[in-house]
Amino acid sequence: MNAMVKNTGLFALVALLIVITGIMQSWNTALLILNMGLISAIMALGVNLQWGFAGLFNVGIMGFVALGGLATVLIAMPPTEGAWAAGGYGIVLGLLMGAATIVAAVMAWARLPKGRVRSLAVLAILIVGFFLYRAVFDPAVNAVEAINPASTGNIGGLGLPILMAWPVGGLLAAGVAWVIGKTALGLRSDYLAIATLGIAEIIIAVMKNEDWLARGVKNVIGLPRPVPLEVDLQRDPEFVERAASFGMDAVTASTIYVKLEYAALFAVVLIILLWMAQKALNSPWGRMMRAIRDNEVAAEAMGKDVTRRHLQVFILGSAICGIAGAMMTTLDGQLTPGTYQPLRFTFLVWVMVIVGGSGNNFGSVLGGFLIWFLWVQVEPIGLWLIGTLTSGMADGALKAHLMDSAAHMRLFTMGLILLLVLRFSPRGLIPEK
Amino acid sequence: MDLLNAFITLANFVIIPAIAYGSQLALGALGVTLIYGILRFSNFAHGDTMAFGTMVTILITWLFQAWGISLGVLPTALLALPFGIAGCAAFVLLTDRAVYRFYRTQKAKPVILVIVSMGVMFIMNGVVRFIIGPDDHNFSDGERFIISARTFRELTGLQEGLAIRTSTGITVITAVVVVALLFWFLNKTRTGKSMRAYSDNEDLALLSGINPERVVLVTWVIVAALATVAGTLYGLDKSFKAFTYFQLLLPIFASAIVGGLGSPVGAIAGGFVIAFSEVTITYAWKKVIVYVLPDGMGPDGLVQLLSTDYKFAVSFIILLVVLLFRPTGLFKGKSV
Repeated sequence: MNAMVKNTGLFALVALLIVITGIMQSWNTALLILNMGLISAIMALGVNLQWGFAGLFNVGIMGFVALGGLATVLIAMPPTEGAWAAGGYGIVLGLLMGAATIVAAVMAWARLPKGRVRSLAVLAILIVGFFLYRAVFDPAVNAVEAINPASTGNIGGLGLPILMAWPVGGLLAAGVAWVIGKTALGLRSDYLAIATLGIAEIIIAVMKNEDWLARGVKNVIGLPRPVPLEVDLQRDPEFVERAASFGMDAVTASTIYVKLEYAALFAVVLIILLWMAQKALNSPWGRMMRAIRDNEVAAEAMGKDVTRRHLQVFILGSAICGIAGAMMTTLDGQLTPGTYQPLRFTFLVWVMVIVGGSGNNFGSVLGGFLIWFLWVQVEPIGLWLIGTLTSGMADGALKAHLMDSAAHMRLFTMGLILLLVLRFSPRGLIPEK
Repeated sequence: MDLLNAFITLANFVIIPAIAYGSQLALGALGVTLIYGILRFSNFAHGDTMAFGTMVTILITWLFQAWGISLGVLPTALLALPFGIAGCAAFVLLTDRAVYRFYRTQKAKPVILVIVSMGVMFIMNGVVRFIIGPDDHNFSDGERFIISARTFRELTGLQEGLAIRTSTGITVITAVVVVALLFWFLNKTRTGKSMRAYSDNEDLALLSGINPERVVLVTWVIVAALATVAGTLYGLDKSFKAFTYFQLLLPIFASAIVGGLGSPVGAIAGGFVIAFSEVTITYAWKKVIVYVLPDGMGPDGLVQLLSTDYKFAVSFIILLVVLLFRPTGLFKGKSV
């Protein structure tokens, strides 16, 4: 059995699993798994670029995904009436002043001669800059948040088509990745891990607390959609007629139709990114990346700028995660910063990459689909398992507790899968060539 | 102008909470730093190790409470702590046997061990949530205050009160005892010395006949003890929730790196640096400033540099500054 047949078989297996879900549970569930599987595959591609190509250990995926989600609000929501006049420009000015303070401090550090004068000057710049920033920023924020806080209270978006938010999400993530990469790359590998872990928590904290930006934990709901609304389809006589010819009622048909449209959109993005990643992998650039990953010292001796290349691939991978994050928020139709959990958004993607096969783009895509399927299905399976195991037990506190706890089986299962793959098949399901 | 009241306010809201939090972080960071020094990887499962140890302690506490055993004014959890440590040590040794040892004998790269520890983290998190659930648990009992704000005001006749909670007192005393024991162990006993030798130079240590498996075993037991003590103290001070413990990973790592990974003294210093910065930067200074400045010159705003929701940002920024200017940390840790 050659590799091609085996890989096709593996993809067919995942497809079969999704089809079985469609038959056993419902096609809506199956398509939901498919859609999130497509998005997960894109996230896994991004992480594979960083880890598989270059050996960079990024545990801040959640932050980049959340930035993508933020982009959808900033691009697609209608602008809030009067928010820009009230304080929007003040906020921008404040942020610019904050940025200018940091730039000035960095410049002072670089230009002034070493010594106490330099330390004091930098400290003074930072302190004065911070208070100036707060003086401009705070009133502007209060003004914006005062506008109709029950439904908006934020600066709103640009009212552009939501599909434009996907590349913008990538750009936002890339910008943050640049800042992190500049500071943490070139140090030891674990330091990048801890720096990214931190930045992800901070991005989530900012999104939860800065109400002027995207309403914080009050959530933004009703994002515009790139596909028609289900109710509109159900009112369309032509659609109802066509659904009837397939033998389906209009409600089911409309929900499935909408999900299929999403799936098509996501599949296009995935195919483009997969094609690009494959091209990159087999290009001189990809070979250089792998050379750096396998032996940094040798690559450096050959005149390769290791830190620069690392920064490049780190930004690219994070941008892909940002795109996936924007797509996910588009699919959800709402931005809920409270739901971003590192276990779900960072570490699960890692399981996908490792299980699928790090260094192989098709492997990560497969891992994305397979692990997402398991993530969704372990819960009902766990419930069923516990239910069967405890069926002989008398009803009581213990049984109730076991049934309640079954939902937490999924974390345990994911950890187990990760450890088993790392132990017995460390190169993953579709190993690197 | 009233400097005495200003100082009392400062002590009540900044110094005492920061000392307690700093002790908890220091104990956590000591565990991370020991693993790093001896097993040579950053253990991402440390937060969940703390959660696991605390969970066992809580379960035993509930059992004791059901039996009617208590420590009077002190929380029952102190009595349950040794059992928690034993349970945590057993679990940690099991993971070492089942998981880490394989990679150790293979001499796997540190980053692989970090990924493995991620897997262990998932499993521990799952186990904790499975057994005790994802909810908040408050398991503190006994006397709440050593001295309450009102008693203090009545005693001194000052305007401001100074409250010292029992959990704070216990945290500080326990931390001092544990750290003293640890340093005595590392510096005076034969096993402790062999651990330090192994951490400094693995090859030389092996050459001089130190049994590496024994060193690793002792390390895991100590780490389990430190993690359980840190977790229980944190839980007594605030409350127990599996997810909060996972989030403690960031300040704990920040403390260990700021102090210098692999350096126990550094871990303690780092813990206090992080705790004091977090508390001072997120504290609303208005009250203190009003007391310090002459009458009528107090500020209008709260004078809070950052809202408390950004406390992670504080440890992160300190971490970044240290990484940029002194990557080996304050106390010259390792940099592999």
